[in-house]
Amino acid sequence: MNKQMIPLAIFSALVIFLAIGLTLDPKEVPSPLIGKPAANFKLQKLYSDEAFSPNELRGEPWILNIWASWCVSCRQEHTLLVDLAKEHPVTIVGLNYKDTPSEAKAWLQELGNPYQVTVQDPNGQAGIDWGVYGVPETFVMDREGIIRYKFTGPLTKKRIKETLLPLLSELKDNKIQVK
Amino acid sequence: MKIHYILRSILFSFLAFTAFTALMHNANASIETYPFETAQQEKDYNVLINELRCLVCQNQNLADSNAELAQDLRKQVHTMLVTEKKDKDSVVEYMVERYGDFVLYNPPVKSQTLLLWAGPFIFLLLGIWFLMRIVKQSNSIQPTKHENAEHSASKSE
Repeated sequence: MNKQMIPLAIFSALVIFLAIGLTLDPKEVPSPLIGKPAANFKLQKLYSDEAFSPNELRGEPWILNIWASWCVSCRQEHTLLVDLAKEHPVTIVGLNYKDTPSEAKAWLQELGNPYQVTVQDPNGQAGIDWGVYGVPETFVMDREGIIRYKFTGPLTKKRIKETLLPLLSELKDNKIQVK
Repeated sequence: MKIHYILRSILFSFLAFTAFTALMHNANASIETYPFETAQQEKDYNVLINELRCLVCQNQNLADSNAELAQDLRKQVHTMLVTEKKDKDSVVEYMVERYGDFVLYNPPVKSQTLLLWAGPFIFLLLGIWFLMRIVKQSNSIQPTKHENAEHSASKSE
């Protein structure tokens, strides 16, 4: 190769790497919790005085959606969750993160309630245990209660169609979990 | 010669400034004040909140960030150290379990992070190699240039 071409080659390589870097989302931090058992919690339900714990959901895949009425992008994904709950029979648990019951209830009244159960995490302790750092976040658990996927940020039509639905049908078909 | 002195003093003041700001950075305090039972706990707390990253504003540590999550995590660090009497390592382990190595400003040396740790030294060596080559080249070119100049000077006479 011509010697004068070397700087150009280095520059082009740099441009390629930087271009790849631009397509990555720095907010996507790989979760170390994937493949691990979901953290347990015992929190009060939004619509009753009873407590709820994810242990009750053993034996079926389920979704945990972490949301708050003060969270703007939660509003954006919420209609998609409502549609998902209508079209696909899957257990969705809502974790109401650092919110007040009255505001949470008003929000669900206005936008619809896709959750079988909504629990309250007023001080964010369960959030820390689940490694939450940006609401909304959505976790998918298998029959054994192992976390299989985590969506950071709002669900989109594309994410639901290309990632969530295939994963759910795979988890439902897997009667016996291979470890 | 004078310009050397000027350059040197600029470099020195720059280094002194950098060292000073680095010290200041470590000395800064978070907004809340927590009670500690021992001096060791307080020391551990301050080390930890400077070492752990706030995941919301990713270029700040827990000490610098005023995000709600950073406040919660500072509280968590304090609870673990003071109320639960845990040591520093178990707090770090607790955070890494939930947020991954990303939460550490000082990531562990692993096969995944090897390039991160070795990268600067590789670039430094590359730089030295380039510099040596350039110096050698210019050393071998200069005399001929000089001769040419003399040659042309004598010619024009």
